[in-house]
Amino acid sequence: MTLTEGMDQVFVLLKHWLVGLAGPHWQPLLSDLISVAALIATFATLFAVTTLLERKGLGRMQNRFGPNRVGPCGVLQPLADGVKALIKEDIVPSGADKVMHFFAPLVLVVPVFLALAVIPVGRNMAALDLDSGVLFFFAVGAATELSVFMAGWSSRNKYSLLGAMRAVAQMISYEVPLILSAIAVIMIAGSLSTVEIVKAQAGYSGVIPHWYVLTPWGFAAFILFMIAAMAESNRAPFDLPEGESEIIAGYYTEYSGFKFALFFLGEYVGMFAVSGMAVTLFLGGWHAPFSFLTWVPSWLWFFAKLIALICVFIWVRGTLPRLRLDQLMNFAWKFMLPMALLDMLAAGLWHFIPAVSARWLVCSALVLGAYAMLARGLIQGRKVAKRTYQYAE
Amino acid sequence: MSVAFFIIALLTLLSAVAAMTLRNLIHCALALAFTFAGLAAAYLQLGAQFVGFVQLLVYVGAVAILIVFAVLLTRGREPATQGIFSPKWPVGAAVALGVFGTLAGLLLSSRVLHHEAAAIAQAPVRQIGEQLMTHYIVPLEVLGVLLTAALIGAVILAMHERESDSPPPSKT
Repeated sequence: MTLTEGMDQVFVLLKHWLVGLAGPHWQPLLSDLISVAALIATFATLFAVTTLLERKGLGRMQNRFGPNRVGPCGVLQPLADGVKALIKEDIVPSGADKVMHFFAPLVLVVPVFLALAVIPVGRNMAALDLDSGVLFFFAVGAATELSVFMAGWSSRNKYSLLGAMRAVAQMISYEVPLILSAIAVIMIAGSLSTVEIVKAQAGYSGVIPHWYVLTPWGFAAFILFMIAAMAESNRAPFDLPEGESEIIAGYYTEYSGFKFALFFLGEYVGMFAVSGMAVTLFLGGWHAPFSFLTWVPSWLWFFAKLIALICVFIWVRGTLPRLRLDQLMNFAWKFMLPMALLDMLAAGLWHFIPAVSARWLVCSALVLGAYAMLARGLIQGRKVAKRTYQYAE
Repeated sequence: MSVAFFIIALLTLLSAVAAMTLRNLIHCALALAFTFAGLAAAYLQLGAQFVGFVQLLVYVGAVAILIVFAVLLTRGREPATQGIFSPKWPVGAAVALGVFGTLAGLLLSSRVLHHEAAAIAQAPVRQIGEQLMTHYIVPLEVLGVLLTAALIGAVILAMHERESDSPPPSKT
């Protein structure tokens, strides 16, 4: 085994060695436990790093420093935040439904960690290789909507309930284009297994990889998937459910201390899960972006792509203003849904047209035409003029 | 019959009973969601991966949420004060028993039980998809048409109500 192969498989080999230490009876259990512990440890650490990255990045975009007091350049800030969340008083409103109030954060955190299990983070590094992995991912993700509703309803607070209603309406609406844009990939790859989908994107033409994002239908589906993912994880510009200028903090309003930290964790891990799914479906999973870079360990590529997507999430959050509720719904049902359906048609044509140049032409024309027509149809009858500001200019 | 099956069955039945007897409607709806999840677990335990996950996606992700929404939008939040059973409960019980008896009778007399459980290999998703798209294409399309009709009907109902209840929006 060469050094590059060894580096590539270092975690797999480590796990095999650890499992080999136990008796044969305990080996399956130990193997599962190690996978679970590795997943939770890795993504909880990534959560801490991301909170810092986000606060620093947003600070930079808004012309301020961000956290810079704890440790050198503020790198120990997540630690301080964690201690603060642990020692804060846990306040439960007297009118709250105490049992549901307690269970809501758990119903969020458990499914998002479950969803991570099917994502292959490296060569031979999927914790759970299911025949219907993508379906599993979306199925466990469905429970998060219930959690949001439980949190909003059990708090007995108008703002909480309003936030929960907004969140559930938004999540249901955007789940449709999210799943439909994933279906295009499933149609072409011919499998619901995440490992198989990554395998289908192996290989290079010259130095260019065979990723699905580099096809016309794949590019459109990727953009749709990312927009829907932003809405699913309730992040700006889709953060109406917790719009602080309108409804305080939405369904988080009555949560404090560690329960709030759990919600925070759940939201970020949900973002990692859905970004990981985007990497798996469109960005070739753990494959290297150029054929001459295949010596870099596969898990490094996965996490590099994941962090790149998270940076996009942060960048969008720092750039775009919040949508209004009617804009949100119009966008989901009148633009995203037809676009995703036409994109599925484009993927089908891509599969059946044999000539390479012809399928590029037909699919690009279909996707671009759909985009132009839908955008034009949505904007019809509305005057779009340059905005004038009374005081700001 | 394994220990896992008994745990799943017990939890599912308990949550179903809770969904019927709890006083607060929201609690009932959430207990029902738990029942759906329990059924999904039962499917998974029987090796029907695809059906189990679809059950979770459709029933917990959509149907339970819709029920909760409907309760929220139509009722006050105070729990019912009078008894939770309607006075006609014997009729309901008779209907339920009749349905159960018919289903049980059909199942017991069907050929499925007399076949030896030869190959309960997990049906791969690819095979399910191929069967749906070739052998069962007509039922699938009929279901699709039915659901579309229901969808259009719902939209028409909603549109009609808005037109008659509120004055048409003034054009400014």
